[in-house]
Amino acid sequence: MVQNNPNFVLMVEDLTVSFDGFKAVNELSFYVEPNECRVIIGPNGAGKTTVLDLICGRTKATGGSVNFKGHELLNMREDQIVHAGVGRKFQTPSVYEDLTVFENLELSYPKGHNVFGALFFRRDDAVKARIQEIAEMIFLQDLLEEKAAFLSHGQKQWLEIGMLLIQDPELLMLDEPVAGMSVAERKKTAELLNRIIADRSVIVIEHDMGFVADIATRVTVLHQGKVLSEGSMERVQNDPKVIEVYLGH
Amino acid sequence: MLSNSKTAFITPKEAIAFAILAALIFVVLPMALDTFRLNLFGKYLTYAFVAVGLVLCWGAGGILSLGQGVFFGLGGYCMAMFLKLEASTPENTAIQSTPGIPDFMDWNQITALPWWWEPFHSFGLTLIAIIAVPVVFAFIIAFAMFRRRVGGVYFAIITQAIAAILTILIIGQQGFTGGVNGITDLRTLNGWDIRTDEAKNILYFVNGILLFACLFAAHYVRKSKLGRLLIAMRDQEDRVRFSGYDVASFKIFVFCLGAAFAAIGGAMFTLQVGFMSPTLVGIVPSIEMVIFCAVGGRLSIIGAVYGTLLVNFAKTTFSESFPEVWLLGLGALFIAVVMAFPRGLAGIWADWIAPRIDGLFSRQSSSSAAPKTPAE
Repeated sequence: MVQNNPNFVLMVEDLTVSFDGFKAVNELSFYVEPNECRVIIGPNGAGKTTVLDLICGRTKATGGSVNFKGHELLNMREDQIVHAGVGRKFQTPSVYEDLTVFENLELSYPKGHNVFGALFFRRDDAVKARIQEIAEMIFLQDLLEEKAAFLSHGQKQWLEIGMLLIQDPELLMLDEPVAGMSVAERKKTAELLNRIIADRSVIVIEHDMGFVADIATRVTVLHQGKVLSEGSMERVQNDPKVIEVYLGH
Repeated sequence: MLSNSKTAFITPKEAIAFAILAALIFVVLPMALDTFRLNLFGKYLTYAFVAVGLVLCWGAGGILSLGQGVFFGLGGYCMAMFLKLEASTPENTAIQSTPGIPDFMDWNQITALPWWWEPFHSFGLTLIAIIAVPVVFAFIIAFAMFRRRVGGVYFAIITQAIAAILTILIIGQQGFTGGVNGITDLRTLNGWDIRTDEAKNILYFVNGILLFACLFAAHYVRKSKLGRLLIAMRDQEDRVRFSGYDVASFKIFVFCLGAAFAAIGGAMFTLQVGFMSPTLVGIVPSIEMVIFCAVGGRLSIIGAVYGTLLVNFAKTTFSESFPEVWLLGLGALFIAVVMAFPRGLAGIWADWIAPRIDGLFSRQSSSSAAPKTPAE
């Protein structure tokens, strides 16, 4: 692996975080290329979600480096990381239940992000057109005036993906985007993700191996905070170490 | 599909609600009440400024402050200092050992006006200080807390502690602040006697106009994207943060805005009631103000005004008729409202009255939307 390839969008090197001495992520390194869909799999407690938390600034790292297009993310505040171009979807759908689908998307539109910008934000035609476009992409075009609280679980997941898309991030991080979805919703989501990942880098955490095979460019297997195996889906699936700790059961 | 109705500044239903309140404050009350009672309602309405600020902070933003009396008091004290200096001319205070300084300073063997009283000789600087002092103080508190991500119950407790500390400070520094009695015996504003019935009537209307200015400002904030962000932050703070917003700066802003409203109310209290004292700064008034807001419905700015009027009217009535048990009555009212109508008076309006008004409208024009579950 060429470690200083400037073509990497994200370079995670020696990333470590320790909670009271327990190293949830231990000198982890991996590299994400432009337009790559990287899927992170691994047993429970492997540190998958923690890695995403570290990249987006939700958890402060103990050591190491996360370099995103030349920015050292470990020194930046969460909202600055977002503005640099990193979007994050949480495991449980996090949408604003008291607001409508339209308003949910509007708040994620990348304009008017400081106090006075928000105070004097105008809902102009460009904003409306963009929201309409995203809503069609996430299958919610007929529900724009509906409160998010009344959406189904799958629709909330889509809405949150839409809220990220409207920001147009260069790196999109999705934490179990199909968890709790019906088979039909799962299929639609895979189709949605395949369209989204075409022009950006994506990191996905997922357990559903069929779904992983559908979307992954490369797969990283985490185990106890370290990389156990990395490569194509086929390679990883046939790796005896992976079969032993994860896929075997 | 994408309706514009929600971006309009005011919907017909909201306009009606504002108009009814304006009619009550500017027409019904002045016609129905004598000057003494009207002045009493004027006093109640000064608390409504605080309640409106709480609707923004607490109802919309989920920031419960139990120390709004601090900002009400600071605004009130700024006004009282100006009025006190005007009342303390060398002629009026000729019998003091140091003429020309406020009487309570003389009683406390202070012989010169402290430097920080000097700006309050100027009415212009006083008007600036009424807003600036509380807002700067609020900014410092909010900056220190929200940057460190202190929130919820911890924030409430700390604001309450600040209210207690400020009360103790004011009482302790008797020579500079008038101590437990406060600043009393206020007479004129730029030579205009504020103790006459005529002045009291005029001040009542000035107060009403300022209250409406604050109501419209609050309404604008709630209708703006910032208003929707506050609701979003209350429910999913992390999602807002990871959508690229600096959550703390929005909380600081809304807390300072609430402080500014409270300060205007405090200054108008001083003018209408003629004194300012630490009993209006401390924990009890601060909590009472939260009760006004809760009774009115913490999500409705107009509800907050009605809640303030209702609770204070009840308080005065109970305390006149049943001096021994009035506090219990007040407590019972609060419990009853919270148990039976958790969204306060505004909830009653939204659930029972507004749908009927909607019904009237939709009979006239079929275009108006069917009454939905209330938005708040």
